[in-house]
Amino acid sequence: MAGDCVIELRGVWTQIGANTIHRDINLCVHVGEVLALIGESGSGKTTLLRLMLGLGQPTRGTVRVFERPLQGCPADDLKRVRQRWGVLFQEGALFSALSAYDNVALPLRELRALPEEVIRELVMTKLALVEIEAASADKLPSQLSGGMVKRVALARALALDPELLFLDEPTAGLDPERSAGFVQLVVRLRQELRLTVLMVTHDVDTLIALAGRVAVLADQRLVTIGALWDVVDFPHPFVRSFFLGHRKRCAKENVEQFRRALAHGRQAA
Amino acid sequence: MAGDSLGASGEPQVQRSLDPDGNPRVRLSGAWVLRALLPQAAQLHRQLLAYARDANVRWDLREVQTLDTAGALLLWRSWGRRRPQLILRAEHEPVFANLSPEASPPRPRGARDPLAPLVVLGRNFLSLVEQAAQIVLLAGHLVLDLVQLSRHPALTPWREISANIYRTGTRALPIVGLVGFLVGIVLSYLSARQLQAYGADIYIINILGVGIVRELGPMLAAILVAGRSGSSMTAQLGVMRVTEELDALAVMGISQTLRLVLPKVLALAITLPLLVLWCNAIALIGGMFAANWELGISYRQFLHNLPSAVPIANLWLGVGKGMLFGILIALNACHYGLRIKPNTESLGTGTTDSVVTSITVVILVDAAVAVIFSSVGL
Repeated sequence: MAGDCVIELRGVWTQIGANTIHRDINLCVHVGEVLALIGESGSGKTTLLRLMLGLGQPTRGTVRVFERPLQGCPADDLKRVRQRWGVLFQEGALFSALSAYDNVALPLRELRALPEEVIRELVMTKLALVEIEAASADKLPSQLSGGMVKRVALARALALDPELLFLDEPTAGLDPERSAGFVQLVVRLRQELRLTVLMVTHDVDTLIALAGRVAVLADQRLVTIGALWDVVDFPHPFVRSFFLGHRKRCAKENVEQFRRALAHGRQAA
Repeated sequence: MAGDSLGASGEPQVQRSLDPDGNPRVRLSGAWVLRALLPQAAQLHRQLLAYARDANVRWDLREVQTLDTAGALLLWRSWGRRRPQLILRAEHEPVFANLSPEASPPRPRGARDPLAPLVVLGRNFLSLVEQAAQIVLLAGHLVLDLVQLSRHPALTPWREISANIYRTGTRALPIVGLVGFLVGIVLSYLSARQLQAYGADIYIINILGVGIVRELGPMLAAILVAGRSGSSMTAQLGVMRVTEELDALAVMGISQTLRLVLPKVLALAITLPLLVLWCNAIALIGGMFAANWELGISYRQFLHNLPSAVPIANLWLGVGKGMLFGILIALNACHYGLRIKPNTESLGTGTTDSVVTSITVVILVDAAVAVIFSSVGL
């Protein structure tokens, strides 16, 4: 099992002051899968995500990404790991002083190896990928709408063609059509790049369309992990209320049918 | 796979061979992704360009494990931005779909305008006029707020005023004291040397007294407060703009000027005169030490002669200037804070501009006051 994990958490405990946030969390994200993390607000999803991004330290336990422990590894190793992943923050986290174009170009320029004309083409391709017209490329983040900020942030996360993509609430703040387009985009990127995706989401539609496995964080533990249609039946009050009214849509046949339709719709388009 | 820095597949490789029909075939294999390509992109590009010159060449991409936008773009550029005879895996097909036959045009650079300096000058002048108008507007708002407060005293934001007095006054005592003390010593030391040459030792008290009480004390305190409290006021309002807290206040119907600007202005109008007194006292003590040390003037003599050497009008003038500077600094800081746009760069330049303008205004107003009151207290 260990060899196949892109992200591996072993015995992770997080305590902040007297508060225990995570209790003995073990998790393995396999190559090429889409793992969705769900949980109540305040259940420590974001903290767990920050641990996986190397932005925080667990009190106990290890977090490994691409088989390298994130905590206490040499700075060069960490940098190399960070060049292999892309992160979409919930609010986009675009650099407010840079235009949309420069935001996407930044990680490419930081490599200090690409000529500006190649960077230009890569940036314009990524922006086209997320349906940002060239006319908006020079706008500052404050001049973009919320949905556009999110799409530019996705383009920035994809700038280095990462193997691993972290999505924090990817479809929150997008209109239904855009979020469907977003989901199709991720499906396609997965095919092309063998992308592994870890996402935190509250959106059942996104789960149905994308999630290979679903992990549920509640009561400071990872209470269950498995295919969507199995998790739906897990006897926990949070799971029950989360999927309230959606259980039928999350049945295996319905999910598979929905995904086929999605893939078909994409080819038709 | 995860440990391998290139993923499951190896380095990007190119091989050329001849098909049975005599046409050349170029086989690509490995990982054609940005990270794997980076070390040898230029060399691969040259190699591919050379192969692409032959129009009959067939490109075989079936052994390519992974292909990302950067890899596809490298190939695309080598092919002269059009599709050659190509065999590839179905899953790689969509990568090429996004590439256009036209190179994306260079980013337009602003053309150089020969009149640019003039335009900049004009724009700056207009901005100056506009800002002056805004400051007047802000001051007007404050006056209206004061009128409203006089009718409804219960609305007075006492907590904010008190908090601002503590932050801008009490917390500034150590730094103002330290700077005042050192400047007092330096001034006294320098003057002592000169006065000694003429045997006019006793006039050190006049020089220190008038110089510090009338000019140096208010200036030092005002400049320190402009740097210390002015910058923090601008930054605070700026961050509230960035985080939309200002908008939140507005939609709750809470007046920005009443809740945010007025307490700051009132607080500085109270604390800066007090800081001026504090700065005067400490600077005079510093000067007294140095005078005693250099010229042998006793502390008793110094303190005894001080009131007769410095007419009391100077003290009132200094304290009055302190109050005026306090109001100007707070108004200016709030004006710049409210002008900040919701991005980080604007926050930085806004804060700098606020401090620079505050200090300039303080010096300009001080000069004007010096001219107007030239006959008072001397």
